[in-house]
Amino acid sequence: MYRQWVLTALIAWPLIAGAGVLLAPTRWAKHLALVASLIEFGLSVPLWWMFTPEGGVQFMLDAPWIQNWGIHYTVGVDGISLFMVLLTTFLVPLSVLGSYSYITTRERGFYSLLLVLTSGMIGVFVSLDLFLFYVMWELMLIPMYFIIGVWGGERRLYAAIKFFIYTFFGSLLMLAAILVLVRVVGQRTGVYSFAYSHLVSHIGGLGSLAFWLFGAFALAFAIKVPMFPFHTWLPDAHVEAPTAGSVILAGILLKMGTYGFLRFAVPLFPAVALHPAVQQIVVLLALIGIVYGGLVAMVQPDFKKLIAYSSVAHLGFVMLGIWALTLQSVQGALMVMINHGISTGALFFLVGMLYERRHSRLIEAFGGIARVVPMLAAVLTIVSLSSIGLPATNGFVGEFLVLVGVFRSYPLAALIAATGVIIAAMYLLPALQRVIYNPLDKSANEKLPDLSLREITVLVPLIACILWIGVYPQPILRRIEPASRQFVQTVRLNAAAFTATR
Amino acid sequence: MSLDLSLPADLLRALAPELVLTVAAMAVLLVAAWRHKTARDSRVVGWLALLALVATAAAAGWLWWNGARPVGAPVMVALDDFRLVVDWLLLAAAGLTVVLSFDYVERERLLAPEYYVLLLFATLGLMFMAGGDDLMVVFLGLELMSVSVYVLAGFNRRSPAAAEAALKYFLLGAFASGFLLYGIALVYGATATTSLTQIGTQVRTLGLANSPMLLAGLGLLLVGFGFKVAAVPFHMWAPDVYDGAPTPVTGYMATAVKTAAFAALYRVLTEAFAGVAAWHDIVGWLAVATMVAGNVVALTQRNVKRMLAYSSIAHAGYLLVAVAVGGNAGAGALLVYLVAYALTTLAAFGLLAAIGRDGEREVRIDDLSGLAQRRPWLSFAMAVCMLSLLGFPGTAGFIGKWYILVAAADAGRLFLAVVLVLTSVVSAGYYLPVIMAMYMKPEPFEQAHADVRLGRLGAAVVAASVAGLLVFGVRPNRLLDLAKATGEGLHAGPATSAAAPPSPPPPPAPSGR
Repeated sequence: MYRQWVLTALIAWPLIAGAGVLLAPTRWAKHLALVASLIEFGLSVPLWWMFTPEGGVQFMLDAPWIQNWGIHYTVGVDGISLFMVLLTTFLVPLSVLGSYSYITTRERGFYSLLLVLTSGMIGVFVSLDLFLFYVMWELMLIPMYFIIGVWGGERRLYAAIKFFIYTFFGSLLMLAAILVLVRVVGQRTGVYSFAYSHLVSHIGGLGSLAFWLFGAFALAFAIKVPMFPFHTWLPDAHVEAPTAGSVILAGILLKMGTYGFLRFAVPLFPAVALHPAVQQIVVLLALIGIVYGGLVAMVQPDFKKLIAYSSVAHLGFVMLGIWALTLQSVQGALMVMINHGISTGALFFLVGMLYERRHSRLIEAFGGIARVVPMLAAVLTIVSLSSIGLPATNGFVGEFLVLVGVFRSYPLAALIAATGVIIAAMYLLPALQRVIYNPLDKSANEKLPDLSLREITVLVPLIACILWIGVYPQPILRRIEPASRQFVQTVRLNAAAFTATR
Repeated sequence: MSLDLSLPADLLRALAPELVLTVAAMAVLLVAAWRHKTARDSRVVGWLALLALVATAAAAGWLWWNGARPVGAPVMVALDDFRLVVDWLLLAAAGLTVVLSFDYVERERLLAPEYYVLLLFATLGLMFMAGGDDLMVVFLGLELMSVSVYVLAGFNRRSPAAAEAALKYFLLGAFASGFLLYGIALVYGATATTSLTQIGTQVRTLGLANSPMLLAGLGLLLVGFGFKVAAVPFHMWAPDVYDGAPTPVTGYMATAVKTAAFAALYRVLTEAFAGVAAWHDIVGWLAVATMVAGNVVALTQRNVKRMLAYSSIAHAGYLLVAVAVGGNAGAGALLVYLVAYALTTLAAFGLLAAIGRDGEREVRIDDLSGLAQRRPWLSFAMAVCMLSLLGFPGTAGFIGKWYILVAAADAGRLFLAVVLVLTSVVSAGYYLPVIMAMYMKPEPFEQAHADVRLGRLGAAVVAASVAGLLVFGVRPNRLLDLAKATGEGLHAGPATSAAAPPSPPPPPAPSGR
């Protein structure tokens, strides 16, 4: 019962709750949303224990949806998607709680959109039917568009439409590619089906068509990740979005891009993904992302923008890990995905808290506030160190695994990527110093209140995860290992086979 | 039920929907002649018109339910599911237009009940146009519709814009009719018949596929229809006419008229010109031009009504893709898209009629600023309409677009599919600002939208349309089955009749439908 329905419940519950929040009185909205998201989290927690690492895809449910076109409602999780689902259900209650005082207008709409967004995100991670995946992929676009556009900062309209058009462009090309893919496989096998398992097992080598299809998928995902030349929507969206929007955007939405590569683009077109030219381009772009993202972050006067650019760098590690295609690097990539969600999510919360106190995100507006708000300063320090990748924090585990894995395939790339860690220290530590240390020379900063109980409640789970994963990542690694191993093996095997049969 | 159309009684049965509407429209005209003074009179005539439409729909439903099929080749009028399903769509669009007009005509003081009578006659013309199996019937239907709509477009006689719209529509419509008639004459010259099925047979048996006269006739027919569906480069009249006409009439023109024109175009091309391959490419290029020009020009519009006018040109482009694909898939895609498009567009124009005040010509996109705070449900409905027009998943518009994409990809017309996808991205650039204005911009001044009001009936119609959009967007199975069966029925007819003229009647449809 639980095994079959849990994922559907995780998709449906936030939708129902979102409608409820919309209809309830305004003053209850945030509390209802908090309760609803906690129930959602509670629903998802047993996944952690009931998941069998070697069991492949689990918690499956498959029902016909639009039979005329061979479309099914198929959901399930494996080692790759499990932690994305858990990360989503974990971050949403915190985002709701973190928005309690930030969102003061049209609260019902905000919280109900946040819940609808949750449905879309879970749907993206659990869909095993390409049509369903596409629908979910688009569905989460609308709530995010509204969250940025309605509750965002001054340039929110520009940021919202930029975010929408970039993503929409990529995803429509992906839609066309899905269509062609199903048609080609359908002609070959006589079965027109959008089922992921059917497509991935019957796709075979497609010759030059595979390049175009891979290109369409890769463009959609690369925009979302975002990879280097397609990243320009990200700083705008992040800076203008309200705190919860930034947290969700960085914590989960960006992972959809890398998840898309792991689940769809690479396994469906392994021969293209491992084609030397494609490999070189992706690795190069990932490295540019790491170095360029770090360097640009270094000169940002706006703390939020700094974190936004640091995301570009972190996601570069993920892309590098996926393309190195060794067990360690893929595991590392998954770990970076999880860690980036936690650490960067926490950083955005902290910047939001600073903004609520001072109504400025500029680094130079602060200085020496460690004396005024010691707790906030301590938390900010821990989170920054974890984002840099200090040993004993979660950031270290992921990036270290990626670097070790990448070193086997591309030693030079590993070397350059390793400088990314140093660059991370070079942009975060000075910023940290200028915000919380240095002399306390601005009178506006002298009366800042320290963390409230609510804010502590938001941050404690994140800090706990940072330290826990940093010290003892084994439970997570154990759960993602079989799936990563299988990913690496099948991709390498199929790539060889498809190249031979081309 | 098989009807022998050479027998008068069976012919009458086959024409039941049209006859019902003719008689009812005459009766309503008589009522309007005596009662045309007050707002109440106008309302009474409106309700009677609605009743007439319902009765007609029932007659069409009766034929459909009994699976009416002609014995042998159809005579003058087609008798297949395609005609009946399109009839329903036309009647539904007309009915929604009538309901949305109730408040509008009172607010704009257009208290002449002939308004509704003209709508009935226009609908009758559309039904003949979409159901005609003979070029003459198609032409007569088109003229009946056109004359009624010329008057409707200029119905607001106090508005110079409406007068301009009527005159423009009249002049260019007459021009288009000329092309169409000349095309019919040339086709008749080449094949010695105006019956669609017989033209198809003649083209095949006499090997006329490359006859210059037939091709010239086909070209002129395409130009004529191109004017009626507002395909680029024959679209110049559309923005001004849509902009100047009363808003419900604009909605009617953008949905019902377009639906019938597309149904007629599709029938003519696939029945009469099945043997001529050239039109697939010609229509394909028309589609590309229409999609690109419609979408790009719509980007620059600041006036909501004009933006919707250009958007309807863009949608004509998507529909032309379905026509260019042809075959069963094309017919199915055409029907599904027409349903989705008609629902969305009618709801959008209904909402626009409510938002606009006296002389709603001036509703700019920025005038919608902050509407969501004042009228949350109305804004929600408008947002759903915009997303459906954009083709966003979860709405019927997406299913329609997807069907066209599937049909185009299956027919190997990937170029059309890619252009459709890319122009859809462009369309986000003009649909989203409407949503942005409503939700993300502040009200320009206090009480800016205080007098925006949608009557109870109008609200019910819009709510039903929006619910339909969402339901079809999530669960389109029934609609798809219907469209598929209908598309197959359209092509079953001529194929069998060409093989052996007195073809055996198809088995009666299972009553379980």
